[in-house]
Amino acid sequence: MSLRSSLLPRGTPPAAFRRLVGCEARLAWRTPSGIVVGFGLPLLLLVVFGSIPKFRHPDPALGGHTFFGVYVPVLVVLSVTALALWGLPQPLAAYREQGVLRRLSITPVPPTWVLAAQVVVDACCVALAVVVILVAAVLLFDVRLSPDPLGLVLSLVLCTAALFALGLLIGAVARSAAMAGALTGAAFFPLMFFAGLWVPREVMPTVLREVSDYTPLGAAVEAVQSSLSGVFPPAACLLVLAAWAAVFGYLAVRFFRWE
Amino acid sequence: MTVAVEVTHLRKAYGDTVAVDDVSFGVAEAEIFGLLGPNGAGKTSTVECVLGMRERDGGSIRVLGHDPARDGETLHAVVGAQLQASALPAKLTAGEIVGLYSSFYREPEDVETLLDVLGLAAKRRARYQALSGGQKQRLSLLLALIGRPRVAVLDEMTTGLDPNARRATWDLLEGVRARGVTVLLVTHQMDEAERLCDRVALIDRGRLVAVDSPAGLAAAAGGGKRVVFEPSVAFDDALLTALPEVRGVEGRGPHVVVSGSGDLVNAVILTLAAAGVAAHDVRLETATLDDAFVQLTGRRLREDEEPAEP
Repeated sequence: MSLRSSLLPRGTPPAAFRRLVGCEARLAWRTPSGIVVGFGLPLLLLVVFGSIPKFRHPDPALGGHTFFGVYVPVLVVLSVTALALWGLPQPLAAYREQGVLRRLSITPVPPTWVLAAQVVVDACCVALAVVVILVAAVLLFDVRLSPDPLGLVLSLVLCTAALFALGLLIGAVARSAAMAGALTGAAFFPLMFFAGLWVPREVMPTVLREVSDYTPLGAAVEAVQSSLSGVFPPAACLLVLAAWAAVFGYLAVRFFRWE
Repeated sequence: MTVAVEVTHLRKAYGDTVAVDDVSFGVAEAEIFGLLGPNGAGKTSTVECVLGMRERDGGSIRVLGHDPARDGETLHAVVGAQLQASALPAKLTAGEIVGLYSSFYREPEDVETLLDVLGLAAKRRARYQALSGGQKQRLSLLLALIGRPRVAVLDEMTTGLDPNARRATWDLLEGVRARGVTVLLVTHQMDEAERLCDRVALIDRGRLVAVDSPAGLAAAAGGGKRVVFEPSVAFDDALLTALPEVRGVEGRGPHVVVSGSGDLVNAVILTLAAAGVAAHDVRLETATLDDAFVQLTGRRLREDEEPAEP
């Protein structure tokens, strides 16, 4: 059964999808590793960096932003990345390994509904994590934000789409949960490097900065940063994100295996 | 008699190994049809093709008139299956899993009743990973039946169940058949096939060896009965071989085995008594499916204990 053919609706009761989402939500709660990384890591970094007074002073090398102000978009993007790369591939690969998808393939429910339920639950986590980080930054660390709402929503939606597509791609090809973890790790560090987690993009050498602009996370950070300071993100960033979403998405559909 | 499942010249190979070689059979509606054979005979591969889980390499299959390879969607709503290797999310509770699966069907069975009947009501809040092997097996049978299927395909339904649970499951299945459900039952246990199946197909090394009712197969395996006893004194075999009911007499350690048919027990005991020989520890053995299998294939049904189907 190809992924494409199983996207078509069946005579299955729609209530089945609600149940699937409910079950996936419960499973995410009971296997919290993705959630812990997605919420915990950025919050931890937020608290750690926010507590260093020096980081809260405007720095001319950073174009007048505070070090901390530059980091908040990175932490937001980090959160989305962690939830996408740990929340999606691991359960999928585990299901594949255990034969859960195979068992579902002979029930009336299309296995794509299982994927969709995972995506829904993960997307809710992303929304919640972003809200928590931004609220914490504003309330606890006096970060001044004057966001462009449309720009922010668009940047986050595209960033989520690109990273979820990558998560689904890893989940599509990994034969086991262990392999999913390995692929995620391999992808995570270069991605986050170019997002500016270790070295802010503002201080990267020009060449690296240019490469970063074309990576999904580099573009995402720029888009989010722009939106948080009230400027609609540059079209180039949004296009880069959309392109990565399309590429990863196509590859995920092409290579998806049910067993 | 309508045919619910029709398999014609089915062939399935994995690389160079032919797992299913020209197998044909038909299952009537509301019949319990058994596929009996040793491990590795090709039974699981056959039913996986019937379910549409595997692509067949040759032959045709019709389930309720549909080809499972093409009309999978239509059939999934009316065919229930219990697979040999059960695979369900470890951290969901039994109740959550049953609730989830019942939501897939338009008119599912009542969840509480089924949980009760299968002895799982007390485990509703237990996570799947915490269930015993027998409980997991019963849960997977429940999931096969929850959608009120018209055809149920059950692969090793009572493996890992204690004797009480096995009998309760057999009773459940007879109730299921009484409601008009067609059952395709894969098993390597003779007593199960003898008790439940209306007809049995003996499968060995990918080939269909025979199809008949259990009694018919056993009768065809050279007929009949064996009387086994320990004689009080030695006697001449000719005493018994002269009887019309007796086919042969042989020794088995301290016991004597008399094979034949008809009213064998009475004939043997009375004849011995008249000759002053008392028979102790008298036992009557009827030919079993195992005998039929040995007769037809030259091998025993039970080679080893571990199931290891391709």
